[in-house]
Amino acid sequence: MSRLLPFTTFQSLVLLSALLLAMPVAVVVGFVFVPSGDVWAHLASTVLSDYISNSLLLMLGVSVGTLLLGVSTAWLTTMCSYPGRGIFEWALLLPMAMPAYIIAYTYTGMLDFAGPVQTLLRDLTGWGFGDYWFPQIRSLNGAVLMLTLVLYPYVYLLSRAAFLNQSVCVLDVSRTLGNGPWRTFFSVALPLARPAIIAGLSLALMETLADYGTVQYFGVSTFTTGIFRTWFGMGSAAAAAQLAAGLMVFVFALIMLERYSRRRARYHHTSRRHQDLRRYHLTGGKAWLAFSVSFSVLLFGFLLPASQLLSWTVSVADDVIDARFMQMLFNSLQLATLAAGLALVLALLMAYGQRLYPGKAIRYAVRVAAMGYAVPGAVIAVGVMIPFAWFDNTLDSWTRVTFDYSTGLLLSGTLVAVVFAYLCRFLAVALQTVESGLGRITPSMDEAGRSFGYRPLTMLRSVHIPILQGSLLTALLLVFVDVLKELPATLILRPFNFNTLAVRAYELASDERLAEAAPAALAIVVAGIVPVILLSRTITRSRQTASHLNDATAQDS
Amino acid sequence: MRSMRVFGLLVLSLSLLTAPILSQAAEQVNLYSARIEALIKPILDRFTEQTGIQVNMVTGNADELLSRLENEGRNSPADLLLTTDAGRLHRAKQADLLQAVESDVLSQRIPAAYRDPENYWFGLSLRARPIMYVKGKVDPATLSTYEDLADPRWDNQICIRSSGNIYNQSLVASMIAANGLAKTEQWANGLVSNFAQPPRGGDRDQIKAAAAGRCSLAIANTYYLAGMLNSDDPTEQEAAAKMAVFWPNQNGRGTHVNVSGAAVTKAAKNRDNAIKLMEFLTSDEAQHWYADVNGEYPVVEDIASSALLQQWGEFKADPLNMGILGENNREALKLMDRAGWQ
Repeated sequence: MSRLLPFTTFQSLVLLSALLLAMPVAVVVGFVFVPSGDVWAHLASTVLSDYISNSLLLMLGVSVGTLLLGVSTAWLTTMCSYPGRGIFEWALLLPMAMPAYIIAYTYTGMLDFAGPVQTLLRDLTGWGFGDYWFPQIRSLNGAVLMLTLVLYPYVYLLSRAAFLNQSVCVLDVSRTLGNGPWRTFFSVALPLARPAIIAGLSLALMETLADYGTVQYFGVSTFTTGIFRTWFGMGSAAAAAQLAAGLMVFVFALIMLERYSRRRARYHHTSRRHQDLRRYHLTGGKAWLAFSVSFSVLLFGFLLPASQLLSWTVSVADDVIDARFMQMLFNSLQLATLAAGLALVLALLMAYGQRLYPGKAIRYAVRVAAMGYAVPGAVIAVGVMIPFAWFDNTLDSWTRVTFDYSTGLLLSGTLVAVVFAYLCRFLAVALQTVESGLGRITPSMDEAGRSFGYRPLTMLRSVHIPILQGSLLTALLLVFVDVLKELPATLILRPFNFNTLAVRAYELASDERLAEAAPAALAIVVAGIVPVILLSRTITRSRQTASHLNDATAQDS
Repeated sequence: MRSMRVFGLLVLSLSLLTAPILSQAAEQVNLYSARIEALIKPILDRFTEQTGIQVNMVTGNADELLSRLENEGRNSPADLLLTTDAGRLHRAKQADLLQAVESDVLSQRIPAAYRDPENYWFGLSLRARPIMYVKGKVDPATLSTYEDLADPRWDNQICIRSSGNIYNQSLVASMIAANGLAKTEQWANGLVSNFAQPPRGGDRDQIKAAAAGRCSLAIANTYYLAGMLNSDDPTEQEAAAKMAVFWPNQNGRGTHVNVSGAAVTKAAKNRDNAIKLMEFLTSDEAQHWYADVNGEYPVVEDIASSALLQQWGEFKADPLNMGILGENNREALKLMDRAGWQ
């Protein structure tokens, strides 16, 4: 393969950027070798088992929840027709714009013992404390529910894209064999969509593992909260990093499980025929059921929490929305755009590098680089801060000695560090999307391209990118929305006098000023809505734009 | 070649990002603040008005700011570190990130208990953590000390937030200083068994839970109660109105207090301005502001607290030096882990 020079240059470029992005994770893992004294003995004898069992239960709950909500609504909006389907198609993505800790705050505000729902209940019935049972929102189950409500869109998004791209022929074959819609779903559509569903699920689970705001607020001790307690409370950065490394074992297991479930099966589209989807027409009770399912998901995932935010915002808007608020909005959008663009370029580079050179070195480097998604933002931030500060200080010492000139801190405390942290954290999102898109292009197309003498870049430009347009836009928009919501890395690494909406929302919410936090939170949600709608349209259109890849079959190679 | 253009654009925007963000004002001071922007910016603006010194700020978690300071080393741009508890100031001093400051203003205005004996850091406001009880439900005559809360007669009646919170860590650290490790652990076991609910939410949530009937006592910082009384939200006001403050340990060491404080960093390049800012924050104006706007107690003696704070009465504060809180923090947390305090 490596007969020409440009190829090896390309290879090393891929490897280099993967290693660079893997650096923060590597720095954290490096702490495994730093002795942390008696902290581990203490953790093991007291809270470690709680961390592990709660993290596992949380992942289990979120898996069940996101699969149920995500796959069912994706199937309904893609393959059935019922009242409101056209709206649900995009609206079901809206919860994605809602940061998990924000939805947790709003639901707590509504459902807690002192909240309006229970107060109303008591006023209506005359009950007092202890007279009735009410589900406790701030609990492990509550955390599962909150995370499910904002994370199911990942599963919805990717499984919907998969259902849309499935062959009408395959589904027709199933119909002619006498299979009803349920049977077609379980024996044909679901197995074919599995890689996409698993990809969506693993994104949701990685977010779950990295979540800090929700579990901390709900008082659920997980690995993430443990990392912070150990680091802050006991002042043991080493033990905290070791816990974070433990967290990464979970992630690695997750990735391996996903790889193993696919084993050597490859899922490519082989036919170019395109036909309109024939949806199942639901009527009567079934139509109502489909409507109710979709509507409740939308109601609880978006409409309710958003209206709570809106009502808080209205109550404080005059004091909060000013010129500085607009500056924060601009900062958030600018960072999100830049990070999304860069993440896309890098994801494309890496996905493509893996496709062209299926060697171990690149594959593992890319995997490690993508693990940042499951690492809490604050840990990634420290993983960025340490090497950046080391670089700056080393350079500074050298120039001081050599030129008697101090360069100071070149990278630390600049937006470069912030954007770099975003890339480390969110590369996986872009990579998953691009890879799953690229995976659907048959190797025979590459071979055809190569037979024309196309070099990698030419092949990328003239063969893959046109086909991948939908996936690329999806990757771009997902990272954009994620960066809008990102908090901990921004908080630690940002320059002087620089604030984003997420920082503002968190600062006020953490000081228990929920109403004052609402305008910024709502602005994040609103800013996220436009890309989310765009995203949905991209996916619907992908059926047309990628129509020459329309039919799907599973090939075992 | 569209991709090349996109790439060029990215490089361009990246180079814009590295451009210096700070305007080169003649006089400035750079602040790393663990106090959130909304709670400090107004008074910093007053400082700039009076002195012409521009204040640049990064806010964040105290520990993360400490990490940043530590990694940036001698090149750190930060001149002043502002925290909301004494433990972190102590930790910063231990990590050799601070420098001692000689200022007559500071040593005259701030009582000795609320500043570092070697003048590495200075407390700027007091945050008290008393017991709050539901009016009419609890007879304040039955309340006495923190220690008493472990008594079985308070079974199922106490609301307090999680042990991950620094205010609880500091409270337990102060009890370790007063009663020793073994007794404090015994106390923590008793307290935990008296919890009305697993710890969740913040201080305001504990107050709300008590007001709603879930428990009869809440342990919380007073400025949260003050914030609820001043809230725009009528349900918060109502809940807060049901609660009264009891100052524990008045016959002994006094009620547990913490300070928010400041320290000049070792790497400070605008040292004089940093000291000026600290001195300004102990001025009458700033001390009144802490009380009126943030509901905290002035650290400077003879400054009247706000009318709202005065309704809860005068109290005797635990004179323990704040540095001890930092020293005992780790033991406090481990002890709470062992007691099953979530």
